[in-house]
Amino acid sequence: MRGTSRLPTWVELLLLPGLNLVSAAMIAGLVVVLIGEDPIAAVSLLVYGAFGYGEAVGYTLFYTTNFVLTGLAVALAFHAGHFNIGGEGQAYLGGLGSTLVALHWGHLPSVLAIPLAVAGAALFGGAWALVPGWLYAKRGSHVVITTIMMNFVAAALMTYLVVNVLIKPGQQIPETDIFATTVWLPPLAPLLAPLGLDLGRAPANLCSILALLCCLGFWLFVWRSRPGYELRVVGRSEAAAIYAGIAPARVTMLAMTLSGALAGLLAVNEILGSQHRLVLGFTGGYGFVGIAVALMGRNHPLGILLAALLFGALYQGGSELAFDMPKISRDMIVVIQGLVILFAGALEHLFRAPLEALFLRPTVER
Amino acid sequence: MPAPAVELRGITKRFGPVLANDRVDLLVEAGTIHGIVGENGAGKSTLMNILYGYYRADAGTVAIDGEPRRIGRPIDAIRAGIGMVHQHFMLVEPFTVLENMLLGAEGGPLLASGVARLRASLARLGREHGLEVDPDARVGDLPVGLQQRVEILKALCRGARVLILDEPTGVLTPQEADELFAILAGLRAQGRTVVLITHKLREVMAATDRVSVMRGGRMVAHRRTSETSREELAELMVGRKVQMRPDRRPARPGRPVLEVRGLEVADDRGVPRVKSVTFEVRAGEIVGIAGVAGNGQSELLEAIAGIRAPTRGEIRIDGRSVGGSAEGRPRGFGHVPEDRLRMGLVPDLPACENAVLGYHRRPDYVTSGLLRRRRIVEICSGWLERYDIRPRAPMLPAIAFSGGNQQKLVVARELEHDPELLLVGQPTRGVDIGAIEFIHGRLLAMRDAGKAVLLVSVELDEILALADRILVMFDGRIVGELPAERAEERRIGLLMAGIAAEAA
Repeated sequence: MRGTSRLPTWVELLLLPGLNLVSAAMIAGLVVVLIGEDPIAAVSLLVYGAFGYGEAVGYTLFYTTNFVLTGLAVALAFHAGHFNIGGEGQAYLGGLGSTLVALHWGHLPSVLAIPLAVAGAALFGGAWALVPGWLYAKRGSHVVITTIMMNFVAAALMTYLVVNVLIKPGQQIPETDIFATTVWLPPLAPLLAPLGLDLGRAPANLCSILALLCCLGFWLFVWRSRPGYELRVVGRSEAAAIYAGIAPARVTMLAMTLSGALAGLLAVNEILGSQHRLVLGFTGGYGFVGIAVALMGRNHPLGILLAALLFGALYQGGSELAFDMPKISRDMIVVIQGLVILFAGALEHLFRAPLEALFLRPTVER
Repeated sequence: MPAPAVELRGITKRFGPVLANDRVDLLVEAGTIHGIVGENGAGKSTLMNILYGYYRADAGTVAIDGEPRRIGRPIDAIRAGIGMVHQHFMLVEPFTVLENMLLGAEGGPLLASGVARLRASLARLGREHGLEVDPDARVGDLPVGLQQRVEILKALCRGARVLILDEPTGVLTPQEADELFAILAGLRAQGRTVVLITHKLREVMAATDRVSVMRGGRMVAHRRTSETSREELAELMVGRKVQMRPDRRPARPGRPVLEVRGLEVADDRGVPRVKSVTFEVRAGEIVGIAGVAGNGQSELLEAIAGIRAPTRGEIRIDGRSVGGSAEGRPRGFGHVPEDRLRMGLVPDLPACENAVLGYHRRPDYVTSGLLRRRRIVEICSGWLERYDIRPRAPMLPAIAFSGGNQQKLVVARELEHDPELLLVGQPTRGVDIGAIEFIHGRLLAMRDAGKAVLLVSVELDEILALADRILVMFDGRIVGELPAERAEERRIGLLMAGIAAEAA
């Protein structure tokens, strides 16, 4: 994907995804017309629902954070040449990691408890992804298959643990006790209030800043660090890596672990930042949407930020839209997301050829 | 005089600002083998792609057998009796030979009649031209030489009277190449016409009747092969005098830098490829390993480079044992690998990142875990300048450079890190004459600077031009050693073929 292209960066990162998005919007608009609603009104409701007032912005920000983290996770593995479909399971396990810390070290002061809980999320997510990484490095098992399988294992394991082990004693609902407030991630609302933005009861929390830092770290690591360089070499040519004295097995395991750790951080936003307890299924499909985010973001943190913002806005604006336009159900929003994924992912090369013809001189016989 | 088989007049083709073909005329007489030579980028392939209908010329006319033709698509060319064998074969590997031939010539929704017809014509063509191939063999299982035969048969089956071959010997061993030329001579004897695109002058001289030279998109000369020489053709191609054999001072070998003792190496399937090989390379000498491709040279080189673990034996560099594991590149030697695009470069990464591949752990390139990007770009730009690598764009992906420039980038990287020992595999494969001259000069300069150089090449010319001592490999063993002054092409050729080992 990125790297093979010789298009200018801004075309690659903005124009191409933009065209994909416009196409998706046109088709989605057609669908809205077909079910007898006004597409313009629907769009303005959607945009208002996502950005129109403080609380909406807070929710959009919250969802965006989820997508940034899972998108980065997919992108990191991608740079090492692997398709990590297991973000969902890795995030789920991340939830276990942060929960264990929260339940056991909740008595510690926040400055200790929060970093520990964050580390727990990253560690468990990373370890869960290391298994497919190790299987690939040692046995050549395909990462797509193993990560999908690990999602099922994660779901079964977490259900067992929450229902039988971690459940709050004396209750029927499958969830843990509320964590001690020391591990709660501070909300963003007080930070943004002085700027005149009232986030209301939106769950946006400091994890958004953590996600931003992850973007920066991702860029530094992948494009500026030595291990990141090795990772990109392995991802693009294993033979060249071996020639250069890089051990692909080690690099693959490192990449998968870091990818899983990023996915695991989803739990920081959802569990430590919002739910404050471990509930079943808190990952809500964010791990899978992360694949689309990475695809659309061209595996670059800047692109991923924008793509995540788009999906975050669709999530938040979409629920408002479903509420205000009864004909447009929750399922319709999923259809629109599906269209975006279709155009951004499956059809991502649709406009590439004409753009290349426009921006590049054809290469001559070599 | 019969009408010429192919007559191109004033063919012009422009790609953006680049004039790939500039008013090119070409006349190919029927029943001849016609060579078209030129450096990479001279416009040979563009011209042939126009003749075969892949590209449409901006101007100019095409006449086949004296009849003007409009060739807009390959199907037009096929109908006009033109067949093309590409450098990279267009075969479906899991299919059998017959199934491949059937593609595009099915002859109806049911295959049975087409299969019977093809089987018959395959047998007939095989007999007539010495092109026997098992029609039921899976193409993927065939050696490259036979795959090429399938391509030729495919063209002939479709009634090609003019056969275009684009760099056909790039993938062949010298033996296979000779076989190919015998086949082409057979086709000529049957009255067919062959157009041979190449940049190997040895082949032009050996196989063609006439030759046309292209340079910079223009046709610069037409010659009868019998009336020209390699030197003249080289000069016409490059546009200046070319030194075919570099000047060299006598070698002054010093201490042994590389010592290989009783080395045995197996390939990926566990088949022994290198059998009990012992030799040494001294400082200040070039040792050449000659041999037909596939006689263990590649595995030998990979084992010494630490890419492939030997099954037995010892490799010492500067007295330190380095063999026994494939854990990566030990320090102190450079390695120009045989296959630059698969191993020597990461095609998608920019030139500057490729310029430190394998050396990226050196403290000059890294500070506290981060790559010193600006310094790396600076160093790479310096090499682009000094090695005349074009375009001078350190941020351009390696794949966007031409083959010769890619190879110069690899050579620059491996030479500029100033190794005591340099391992070189096929340093000029697919590289044009100007670059060959340059790379050979650099390798000799390394030798004169007192470095040890191990050169593996299937181009005998190259070994003869560079090596101070020549080792000949056959079937995994070293079957002969000759000092440069006693090396003759014929003798080495016999050794390479595994004949008369005792005669050496």
